[in-house]
Amino acid sequence: MFAYAVKRLIQMLVVLWAVSVIVFMMMSFTGDPVFMVVPIDATDAEIAQARRILGLDRSLPEQYVLFLKNLLQGEFGRSYVFRQPALDLILERLPATLEIVLVALLIATVVAIPLGVFAGANPQNPLSRLIMSGSLVGISLPGFWVGMMLIFIFAVELRLFPSSGRGETVEFLGIRTSLLTANGWHHIVLPAVTLSFGTLAIILRITRAGMMEVMRQDYIKFARAKGVSRRGVLYGHGLRNGLIPVVTIFGLQLGDLIAFATITETIFAWPGMGKLLIDSIYRADRPVIVVYLMLVALIFVVVNFIVDILYTMIDPRITVK
Amino acid sequence: MASRVLSSQLVFNWRRNPPAILGTLVVLLCAVIVIAGPLLVSQNPYDLRQLSLLDSYKPPVWLDGGDPRYLLGTDGQGRDVMASIVYGTRISAMIGVTAMLMACAIGTTLGLLAGYFGGRLDALIMRVADVQLSFPSMLIALFLMSAFGTGIDKVLIALTAVGWVVYARTVRGSTLGEVQKEYVQAAHVAGLSHAKIILRHVLPNVLTPLIVIATVQVGTFILIEASLSFLGVGVPITRPSLGLLIKNGFDVLFAGLWWNSVFPGLMIMAMVFGINLMGDFLRDELNPRLK
Repeated sequence: MFAYAVKRLIQMLVVLWAVSVIVFMMMSFTGDPVFMVVPIDATDAEIAQARRILGLDRSLPEQYVLFLKNLLQGEFGRSYVFRQPALDLILERLPATLEIVLVALLIATVVAIPLGVFAGANPQNPLSRLIMSGSLVGISLPGFWVGMMLIFIFAVELRLFPSSGRGETVEFLGIRTSLLTANGWHHIVLPAVTLSFGTLAIILRITRAGMMEVMRQDYIKFARAKGVSRRGVLYGHGLRNGLIPVVTIFGLQLGDLIAFATITETIFAWPGMGKLLIDSIYRADRPVIVVYLMLVALIFVVVNFIVDILYTMIDPRITVK
Repeated sequence: MASRVLSSQLVFNWRRNPPAILGTLVVLLCAVIVIAGPLLVSQNPYDLRQLSLLDSYKPPVWLDGGDPRYLLGTDGQGRDVMASIVYGTRISAMIGVTAMLMACAIGTTLGLLAGYFGGRLDALIMRVADVQLSFPSMLIALFLMSAFGTGIDKVLIALTAVGWVVYARTVRGSTLGEVQKEYVQAAHVAGLSHAKIILRHVLPNVLTPLIVIATVQVGTFILIEASLSFLGVGVPITRPSLGLLIKNGFDVLFAGLWWNSVFPGLMIMAMVFGINLMGDFLRDELNPRLK
């Protein structure tokens, strides 16, 4: 187990390194950032000086070494637009993104697992068919369109929820959060529901598939034969094993949620790092894009690592090679 | 002979599966729109001579102020929403299908090479696939588009870059299994070249699982392209896909002009839903483990 964890840890570092190379390559082939920092009427000498300060006058490998060195020291440069350290800008907005992502994941899990268990345990029931058709519609819907429809119905027409913004926030353990104010919850409902749609459908479908697979196993038949109640079979024996595949996709779903949060945040003007990314793409604010990508990569590899470790702990049948 | 039995079995089950029939009909309808599109609507929404600003923001025909010439209403330029949807569907569907074909071709080739030759090439391709799979497609596509800028060709490249991995993985897996079988060894003994063995003998035997992946991927690609265009990093405004139509409709949604965004969204939903219904059916049919 320990050796496995160490091996995965090394893999993580390799992935992060690969991401840093790709991010660097992409950034070097997309335009010249020097024109983002110099004034429009800058002389050639000023441009050359700016280039030197940014390290752009060196060869690509040299620039990469510098880039990596800065990354390792947590030095990501300053935003060309805000003139603030890019890392601070992102970290300031990280809690807002994590809020909608976690609330969306919570909504998806709480709704999807019971429905998936039901549909998997009673595949022929008409209600199960309805659930499954519904989930197929769920994965066929463009998430941003769902958000717009929710805004139109609940914010424009019914005026039940606000259409944008994060509402009041309070400081808790040094983090500003809107999850501790009623006004904040009022604001988070629509974006979180929007974001949860796709994940909900996927978790539901995987829960059902897992349950159907498990309910055919001999130990389920045996449990029934020895007289365990229906409920006991379902939750005691079925669910425990049926949920194993669900745990493994949690990591990837979290990633998907963070990615799709960029769109949800744009629609609902939610001040998270996804909206900052989109704004930075429009403004070619390279340092911010780099920090976002590296931070998200870091979150992904850490989550995947945790999921892999959990996986071997939940299912003792899986032996670590 | 074997393929005829399979296909008749497939057709037999298909006729007894209403969702699959529905899915096929929706997909066929979309195909008609894509092929015959401009013949179906009276207006070319991107020919400025045919537009009249006097007709802007007409509601759908069943509401007060509706104009019988514009069944689903018009947008701010006086464009017929239905005509825009027909043209947008063509762009969305063509991007989805073309990108799928490109991803499938590249992924299958790499998967065959990795599975057949093994060694360092295999290790390299699979490591790249591993790294890529740990990131969501949407994020990779967004990242690539942010570097490339807008354009249909760029969207195609981004989607291909996102989509090849599943084919490569699946094909590599089945190739590894096929290579050990006797018919491949017999082909070796008979002195056939590697190229011939791969193309004539291995390839036909690893294709079946790809059908499901390819079907569902067209739907996924249509959704990703729509999201990218919605964010303004997808197709150019001169050739709007359904996603871009929704984005344009979003700007006037708060004014209560819902038909500019609702109908294109319904079109995407119908198209992807049809594709997914077919994908579900094919998955059940072509995956013997589930039977």
